[in-house]
Amino acid sequence: MTGARGPAPAGGRLPPPQGPPGRFRPAPSEPGSPDPAPGTLAKGVPGPAVVEADGAWHRLHPATPLLRGGVAVIAVIGIVMANLRERIADLAMRFAGVRDVPDDSGDPVNAIVRHGLIGWALLIVLAVLLVAVGLFYLSWRMHTFRVGDDEVEVRSGVVSRRYRNARLDRIQGVNLSKPLFARLFGTAKLEVSVAGQDANVELAYLALGTATGLRREILRRASGTRRAAAQARAAGGDLIGRRLDDFLSPHYDPDAPAPTSAVVIPPLRLFGAIVISGPTLVLAAIVAGVVVAAFRGHYLLLVVLAPSILAWGGMYIRRFVRSMNYSIVATAEGIRVGFGLFSTSNETIPPGRIHALEVVQPLMWRPFGWWQIRIDTAGRLKDKGAAGQHNTHILPVGDPYAVEKVLGVVVPALADPGHVALITAGMSETGAEAAAPAGQTGPGVRFTMAPRRAAWLRPFSWRRVGFILADDAVLLRTGAIWRRLTIVPLARLQSMELRQGPVRRRLGLVHARLHTVDGPVHAGLPVIDAAEGIRLFHTVARAAVIAAAADHGERWTAS
Amino acid sequence: MSARGRSRSMERVRPGGRPGRGRAGGSGVAAHLDMGADWQRVSARYVAVIIVGNIVWGVVVAAAVLVLWLRFGVSWAWLLLVADAIATVTMLLIAPRRARSIGYQLRDDDLLFCRGIMFQRYVAVPYGRMQLIDINRGPVGRLLHLADLKFVTAAATTGVGIPGLHDDTAAGLRDRLMALAETRRTGL
Repeated sequence: MTGARGPAPAGGRLPPPQGPPGRFRPAPSEPGSPDPAPGTLAKGVPGPAVVEADGAWHRLHPATPLLRGGVAVIAVIGIVMANLRERIADLAMRFAGVRDVPDDSGDPVNAIVRHGLIGWALLIVLAVLLVAVGLFYLSWRMHTFRVGDDEVEVRSGVVSRRYRNARLDRIQGVNLSKPLFARLFGTAKLEVSVAGQDANVELAYLALGTATGLRREILRRASGTRRAAAQARAAGGDLIGRRLDDFLSPHYDPDAPAPTSAVVIPPLRLFGAIVISGPTLVLAAIVAGVVVAAFRGHYLLLVVLAPSILAWGGMYIRRFVRSMNYSIVATAEGIRVGFGLFSTSNETIPPGRIHALEVVQPLMWRPFGWWQIRIDTAGRLKDKGAAGQHNTHILPVGDPYAVEKVLGVVVPALADPGHVALITAGMSETGAEAAAPAGQTGPGVRFTMAPRRAAWLRPFSWRRVGFILADDAVLLRTGAIWRRLTIVPLARLQSMELRQGPVRRRLGLVHARLHTVDGPVHAGLPVIDAAEGIRLFHTVARAAVIAAAADHGERWTAS
Repeated sequence: MSARGRSRSMERVRPGGRPGRGRAGGSGVAAHLDMGADWQRVSARYVAVIIVGNIVWGVVVAAAVLVLWLRFGVSWAWLLLVADAIATVTMLLIAPRRARSIGYQLRDDDLLFCRGIMFQRYVAVPYGRMQLIDINRGPVGRLLHLADLKFVTAAATTGVGIPGLHDDTAAGLRDRLMALAETRRTGL
């Protein structure tokens, strides 16, 4: 199966070739030339702990064509089986002496049988199969990837060649997902997400051990650790260099125990959170309508809507299964968020890749005290994550304690007591004032709140609307029905906007917005005092420039 | 050519409310937001572009309404025609003010942009955040040697573009902003 390619020592000795020979051989630098013996390629090259990260072109897992076309292959087999089943039933009926078999002269299978062309038909089927297998093999051979020091590259295509690369300093996240079908083969998909629409580099499929090793290696190189080590090595010889490599990346100790999740979501809470949501209201409305209609004797509606109700149940279960086994872990390479029961997805987001973050509580969750955390990132994964969303819900549901833990993992700068008090104040109903941190006396800091006259425009939520600047981030609290606390790291802010229409001008209010990359989080204050808004505008504009200049997110451990 | 060295820019100082007072002025008419008075304005000829655009829109809508009226016999369609005429005339009347309302400032570290009379919008874009700068020329703008600058950041919502700049100004501004963006380049 997987051949569990154990993590090799980070110090750089090449691991001996594992698994049956030829199962996953390093590819030659040029596809088409004969394969060298396994393991000879990178001989003598110091450094990479994973064979596939040695800077040469490699191939994907041999089962890739089957896995990629997995669903299609199953469908084709299913169709063939369905047709054959009819044939078999038909033949059985003939043997049983049933005379009144329907006339099926138009059926090609019958025609073949009648003309005695079974041999030819089998030959053609065989030829088609061979050609298909040959094409799959060719496409697999031509699909190669290379993990260099600065970028990940993928070449694919037989007739029209495609080339795609992802620069390591632009990586927004690395996702290791294991669809159920691929899991059966001990393989996984590695997706390197970079900023931009559909710009991700996908390595599908790799042996599980290779995939985890590559993920570690890619993130390690992206972090800049390796670059620093390489510079040192150039100065100080091989052995010292390798020791330095070790020294500079102490967190990459492969023998370290796997860190445990900071937060665990009890299954019951997860299921409750999925059921207690907007779609349930729609479902309830439909059910009510159907019941009323049935009592009035309109049974047609029952027949029409019953399947959709079943589908709803399916959706709940699907979401539940997808969101199960949630885990969030702070690793040296960034935050690692995992989901999924059967098909799993495990995304690593390097530090400083979160452009905005919001803690939300829908009205229906309030009795339970549940919150959700969503993030904006520049990279988008192709696969949907938990609850059918893109992987932006880094905490699908959790109590305030879980929120605090996750925020501590995601934005370590917010983990001190002062900031925790601010966050608590931002999530509370009215208390805009954060309690003074322990060990400090005097009044705590206050959110700057919207004035009372804002009630003209926001009759419910004006009491909640407020903002505060906390070192390198802006905290915005908004929403009465959907309570949210939005946190925007200033180093990631793209631009800042103030809007004012006639009504707001009359009331001396402005609408402030903080522009971040696209995502579920929209940072803004719908109503705020005009003077305070202008103050926020100028302060944020200035602070954002300073924060961005001081930021070293590209190579996060290199500085 | 620096943005400041333009000859054809229009200077106009807004009657601004002072920051620091909550309810601007306290009088009935609230003042505009005060962001400092040193706004660079777009070319006066940009009014022509707005006017042509308005007329074209008015005619297109009128044509659609006429089809509705004469071809399909919608009897009350003349009301739409009147509304269209009123809207077009209003837009033509405020066209000069609309053109004048567009302004920008090159501050130390960011570009400040504003536009709008009724619905005002102020945006600050740090130079380092500009991913690319587009120059567009429409048919009318080309006749008048005007160009539109459009700034793209990683956020789709930024939506900042300075229309109606003189060709030379636009090119100069783009080069200057690109140079500024290059020196202050940061990550996303």
